[in-house]
Formats: sequence, structure tokens, C-alpha cells
Amino acid sequence: MSAPAMSNRRSFLKTSAVAGGGLIVAFYVPGVAAALSSQAPPPQPLLPFAYVKIAPDETVTIVSNHSEMGQGVYTSLPMLLNEELQADWSKIHVESAPVDPVYNHPVFGMQMTGGSTTTAGEWEHYRKIGAAARLVLVEAAAQQWKVDASTCRVEKGIVFHGPTSKKASYGSLAEAAATLTVPATVPLKDPKNFTLIGKPTRRLDTPPKTNGTAQFGLDVALPGMLTAVVARSPVFGGKVASFDATEAQQVPGVKAVVQVPTGVAVIAERFWPAKLGRDKLKIKWEEGESANISTTQMLADFSAQSASPGTLAKKTGDPQGALASAAKKITAEYDVPYLAHAMMEPLNCVVDLRADSCEIWTGTQFETVDRANAAKVAGIPPEKIQIHTTLLGGGFGRRANPESDFVVEAVHVAKAAKAPVKVVWTREDDTQGGWYRPMWHDRFAAGVDASGNPVAWTHTIVGQSILTGTPFEGFGVKDGIDSASVEGAADLLYGIPNLQVDLHSPKNGVPVQWWRSVGHSHTGFSVEAFFDEVAHAGGKDPYQLRRTLLAKQPRMLALLDLVAQKSGWGKPLPKGVGRGIATHFSFDSYVAQVVEASVEENGNVRVHRVICAVDCGRVVNPDTVKAQMEGGINFGLTAALKTEITLENGRVQQSNFHDYPMLRMFEAPVIEVFIMPSEEKPTGVGEPSVPPVAPALANAIFAVTGKRVRRLPIRPSDLIEKGQANS
Amino acid sequence: MTSFVLNGKPVQVDVDPATPLLWVLRESLGLTGTKYGCGMALCGACTVHLDGEAIRSCVAPLSRVAGKHVKTIEGLSDNLSHPVQRAWIEIDVPQCGYCQSGQIMSAAVLLAKIPKPTDKDIDEAMSGNICRCGTYPRIRRAIHRAAELGAAKVSASNEPETTMASGIELAATESAATSLVVEELSGAEVAR
Repeated sequence: MSAPAMSNRRSFLKTSAVAGGGLIVAFYVPGVAAALSSQAPPPQPLLPFAYVKIAPDETVTIVSNHSEMGQGVYTSLPMLLNEELQADWSKIHVESAPVDPVYNHPVFGMQMTGGSTTTAGEWEHYRKIGAAARLVLVEAAAQQWKVDASTCRVEKGIVFHGPTSKKASYGSLAEAAATLTVPATVPLKDPKNFTLIGKPTRRLDTPPKTNGTAQFGLDVALPGMLTAVVARSPVFGGKVASFDATEAQQVPGVKAVVQVPTGVAVIAERFWPAKLGRDKLKIKWEEGESANISTTQMLADFSAQSASPGTLAKKTGDPQGALASAAKKITAEYDVPYLAHAMMEPLNCVVDLRADSCEIWTGTQFETVDRANAAKVAGIPPEKIQIHTTLLGGGFGRRANPESDFVVEAVHVAKAAKAPVKVVWTREDDTQGGWYRPMWHDRFAAGVDASGNPVAWTHTIVGQSILTGTPFEGFGVKDGIDSASVEGAADLLYGIPNLQVDLHSPKNGVPVQWWRSVGHSHTGFSVEAFFDEVAHAGGKDPYQLRRTLLAKQPRMLALLDLVAQKSGWGKPLPKGVGRGIATHFSFDSYVAQVVEASVEENGNVRVHRVICAVDCGRVVNPDTVKAQMEGGINFGLTAALKTEITLENGRVQQSNFHDYPMLRMFEAPVIEVFIMPSEEKPTGVGEPSVPPVAPALANAIFAVTGKRVRRLPIRPSDLIEKGQANS
Repeated sequence: MTSFVLNGKPVQVDVDPATPLLWVLRESLGLTGTKYGCGMALCGACTVHLDGEAIRSCVAPLSRVAGKHVKTIEGLSDNLSHPVQRAWIEIDVPQCGYCQSGQIMSAAVLLAKIPKPTDKDIDEAMSGNICRCGTYPRIRRAIHRAAELGAAKVSASNEPETTMASGIELAATESAATSLVVEELSGAEVAR
């Protein structure tokens, strides 16, 4: 999903006093929402929707319009703002924004967090707010001292006037500043004068995350609140035919058992009785047409479908002709499964529904959509619904649900509960709840010339569309091509003269959704693993062939050379250890990785070391970039080595971490991260390290065993001597 | 009525003794720092100390802790002074943070038993705790750092007095460890 241009927008900054004194600065960009959203809200009153509040006690509260789910925005957004504000960093606190159009994503025109776009989207926005606040604070001081503001300077929240040795703190100036008007133009620092942006900075949210005080959605408690768990259909789209709640209602603590559109809710005083009650429900389901879904069958169907070309997503040159005349032709098919997001905090939502208003507490990535969907169920206007975004115990895309499934269901339960209610999903509910990364099948053919250089590349992709039916369909799906299905495949950086990418988008009853790195999570694997096959077929070193074909991509080429150098590419490794290399461009960022791995006799894979280089433009917090590279690599390794969601008879066969296992400490490799210095504008960081790790690992396994990995997760049985590399 | 010692203070709760300790802590006693992740002792998010041992509170019935000492993340220190907390802050371990209470409680027991753990010790003690954000490299570094910071002196033993005393002793250095100053961290390497 690329970002529409953000230039030429007009913006207004407003100041206002807060009760008890102090300054708040609000910021509103008229027209952006209207331009980008089909359901554009009308302009709202500007205040009291603040982005920064400065109190007489010197406290600086920065309001985050993006959710903190581990990616560090509760630190990087304050860094952007304070680069210009120049307040005392130790006085800064962060609050999550309420839902209002003033907090819309500057690019997507709705309040949301995703697509690795927070820093890129807010890059100018938060700095402008900081600069505006500084300007009025300095002006307030200058007026008080009857001097020219240009003769004042600021350091750590204190305004100084050198010639008269006067000084005043932001807190003491805030009330006066609130009466001033922000100038029409707010100049920003030249980046060469940055003092905060680019410096490794400790996260503001770490201390509360080390003593148990950080508040996640599941930690919310309201007076009189009840807790509910919901028995949902074992088959996607199934409905309750009938149910017997007699035994459930006898569990001490159970208050009510009610039918909701998704199933049967057991509402109790606390979680445990609610769960015990649910265990005792007897429900007959009308399972519907999804009861025959089988991923085994789907795999065969997808493969068959891939034998004929789909809708054309990209064509350059004459791929078929070039294939026919190539010196050597290489073909392969790749498979990846459905995947659950498996955030450590299972889904949950607290709803306090009253006659004409509603408050919701949840860890969400999708406030605007959730509010609209909740309003329809609650039967009240969206403006009467407030969402309190808590910290998210992981998101990875699942908490940006186009149907707001976990919010809407909780509103239904609240209607029946007639009290504030928290709906808790168990781990099993969460794992089996759908909205998965789609299952994908990729069929490739490539041709190399007599000297081993690729001259043709065709790629047929089969898998469900993610964007269809979401707020992003308008600009993400065109002429039958979902950009999220072909991203990372149709926009290859490699210079291959004859290229074709086509797409089949089968429909079925399995709900699918974006999952950390979205389409790149499968194209990164299949493209980069097949590239390795093509290199070897042409007798080329996989690193050197990438170098050749990236000649016109200096940013990626630099990373490729860096990881090759840092990993000692071409130098001997201990016996039994192999090296694999991969690159991937996603979310406007460049990443290259080398994996060192070995395969034990029983087929178990050991990943020893991952070398990662990233170019994500100008870096705000280098330590956050490093953390996201580390985290994304381990996230990608879980997908490479561990997890798959399968269905038989419409039923998801996995339920908890015993059969949907995560990478653990003893399996986690040493990770070395190198960040390329850049003065380009910031680009994505949360997702781009995920796609290259699976193919780099697959290529390392080939290097050490001679066996090709063409399906994920990697199975030991595929790697032992008598096994087949691909069945 | 079940009685036990929670973070050094006696408590009594009137809950079905078959209820998992996790939910008693979170819902009856209001200590929400201990997290629910799986309910099957598979992820470690609910790790607490029972008489100095790390246990998974999601599968421990309340009856099991009667008359015993339970320590939760809230009781590790009252000022972020435990060496494991200090190391976690210094290295900025958490991302989403949801699993970190459990990670920290497991690490505290490891260091109480093995003051200077090897990487293998860390693998063995910490592989029951899942981090979906993948903070494992930092957890490993932070455990080594906590060992340096003197975790050996802070016992996760079953004598709360010992921990309290150590906590006070260490409190003097707390402000330096937790102040949120912008400073050079050793973590991120920039390519040159």
C-alpha cells in the first residue's frame, strides 16, 4: 500500500487554555479526510482535541494518535514533537488519543495504526505541532519581557533571553501562550540541526512494562463490570440452531447466558465462572457451507489453478517468448499456509453501553472503523461512542479488523448484559477465530541464457484477496488485482527483462486479513527462494547474481554488499553450517539478510545467526529500528519453522501453543543489525524485516543439505536423507 | 477462605479453591501485572513465584498456595530497583510488553539460583516463556546484565524479608536506572 502524496495540504494549528491553566495545541488538516476516505467525516470542532498539553507544573503530555503495540511509537512520536518543542524530555508523558477526525492518519484519512506507516505519516505533522507550541511559548515570554522573540532561545523547556539574563519555564508561560495565535507558517529545523531525532533513545513505556503497571485491554476493570466468554461456531459463518444453558446457568457466578450473532455468550461475575459455564453449554450449530472446507483439498485446487495464468498484474517484454528460447528453464511451486497472528494478549474488549452513549476500552489498531461498526450495533451515532485505546499486547494486523469483529461482538454482549462487560477470548478462541494470513500457492517459471543470466520470469499467484471488502479496497484493488496479493512480486527490484506476474483470487469461507508484512509475507519467501534456484541453475553464486540484477538499485545493492561482507560470504563455515542470502523491498524500506543455519540428523533446523541490514530512510530512534529488525526476524522464523493453520471439515485444527508453537529462547538466533545512514524520508520499520528471513533460511538449508524448501513451515521430514525436498 | 502471603502481606480470599491462582490475582486481588496468555502453562505469561520457585499461575489452583508465599511482578520491588528490572530498562527489552512480567519473574528465579548463568542456563530457564514480539536477544543480554548488577544478592527465596532488605539497599541507584534521559545506548550499530 503506497502512500498518496501529502504535499500541498493546508493545515491549521490552534492554541487553547486548559482548565486550571496551561497550553494545549491542537492540529487539524482539513480536506485530507475528505480526499482519502469515502466516508469522510465533516470538519469537527478543533478543541479540546489536543496533541500536546503543557501544564503549569511543567508536565508535557503528548497525545499519540497511533496505537502502541510494541513498535515504539509512544517514544518515536514524542521524539518528533520534542525535536521542535525542546521541552525537558524527563517531563514528557504520553496519552492515547480519543477517537476524532483530528487524529486521523495523515495518509489514510482515518484513525488507525498499520502498514508500517506511523513514522512516515507523522514525520512532518508531529514536528509542526512541536514547533507551533514552541513558537507561542517563546512569544509569550518575549511579550512578558517586552523583547523580540527572535532574541530568545530555548533549552530543556526554559526560555532564555541572553541580553537581559531573563528566563522562564514552559509551565509558567503556558497560560499566557494559550491566548496567542500560531503563526501562519511554522518553520521546521534543518535536519542537520537535529538533536533528538537519530539518537538512540530509551522507550518511555519500558518502566511500566517492567513492574506490571502497564494497562492492556485485558487489565481494564470498571465498577460493576461483568466478564463474558462466547461459544462461537466451530465452522466459519455457522449459526446457533439451538442451545441448552441449563447446566451453564448452575455454575456459581454465572449471571446470564444469551445468544449473540456469533454464538452464545456466558456472562458471569468473573472470567473463571464464565469459562466454566461455557464448557457446560450444549449447542447445536447450523454449520453452513463452510463445513466442507479442507486445506488439503484447497492446496490441490490452488496448485491446479496455478497451471493456467490468472489476471495479469504485471508484464514487461515477452516472457513466454523469452522462456521458450531460453538456454535453460527452471520451474517450481511454493506453498505457505494460513497463519494466525497469535498476539500474546488474546483479543478482548470492554463495553459500557448506556441509553444514548457508549464507552469502549480495547487495544485496537482501527479506531475509526471500530467506532462506525460499534455505532451500527449500538444504535447510536458514532459521535456518541468513545474508544479508549489501551496498550496492545501485540497487534500484527489482527487488531485492525475490517468488521471490528471483537468490538462488535462485545457491543452485542453488552446489550444483553445491561452492565459494563468485558468479553475475553481464550487462547483457543483467538487461535481458531479466523482472520488469518491467507494460504498461498506460487508457481514459477524462469529462463536463463547460456551464461546463466535470467532472461524470463513468470509467477502465478493463487490466494484470497485481503483488501476486498475493507476500507482500502478503493485504492488497493484495481482491475481484479489486489495490490496486497502481488506486492513483493510485481514490483521486483531485479532487472529481469521479460517478466509476468498474474493472479488468481479464489473465494472461500475462511476470513483473511493483513498479518505482519501482508502480501510480502509470502512473496518474500517464494520469490527469494526461487531466485536462489535460478542462480544455482545458471551456475551463479546467489549473492553475485543478485548484485548483477540490482545494478540499478543502489540502496538495496549497498545493503546486499554489507550483509555479504559482515557475514563473510564465500568464506568457509564450520562443517554442517550453511549460509543463505535474501533481500526484500517492502513498506518503502530495503532489507537484506544472511542466515547461517544447520540441519540436525533428525531434520531439525538450527538457526545460528542472522545478519540484517536495513535502509529505512532517516532514522528517528535507532534502537527501535534495531528492536523491530530483531523482533521481525524472530516473527518470520516462527512462520518459517513452526506454524500453520489447517482446516478439515471446516474446523481449524490448531488451538493453543502446543499445536501452534512459537519460536522460543533456545531456538532464537544471534541477530546482528546494521542500519544504513540515510537522509531520505523515513519509511516503514515494523514489518520489512519479516519477509527476507524465511527465504534466507531456506537458501541456507539448500547450501548445507542440497534440499530445496518449497513449503512452509519447514518440516524435518522434508530434510532427512530419505525424505523428499518437496512432496 | 484461602489464606496465603502475597508480596509479603497476608491475604485471605473467598473464592472457589479450584480457581486458577492467575484469575484470583487478577480479578479478586486486582493485581493485573500477571498476564493470561494460554491457560495451559505453555507460554509463561502468568509466571509468579511460589515459595521462591517459578510457577505458571494459570494452572495452579488457589488451594495449592494456601499458607505459602506468592510473589508477583508487583512485589518484585516497589521502585523498579530489582536488578532484573534495572537491566530490562537499561536494555529496553520490552516491545508490546505483555509477556514481560512473566519473563522477568522467570529471570529473577534463574538469577537467584544461578547468579552468573551461561547462555545454556538461560535457554533452559527461559524457554518456557514465549515472546511473540521476539525480544529474546534482549532478554538474554538483560539477564547477563542483571547478573552483573548483582542479582545474586537479591534472592527470589521464600523469605520476603530478604528481598525487601535487598530492595532497599539497591534503591539508592534506582533513579539513575529509570530516568528517561536521552543518551547513547550501546545497542544499535550504525553501518559505516
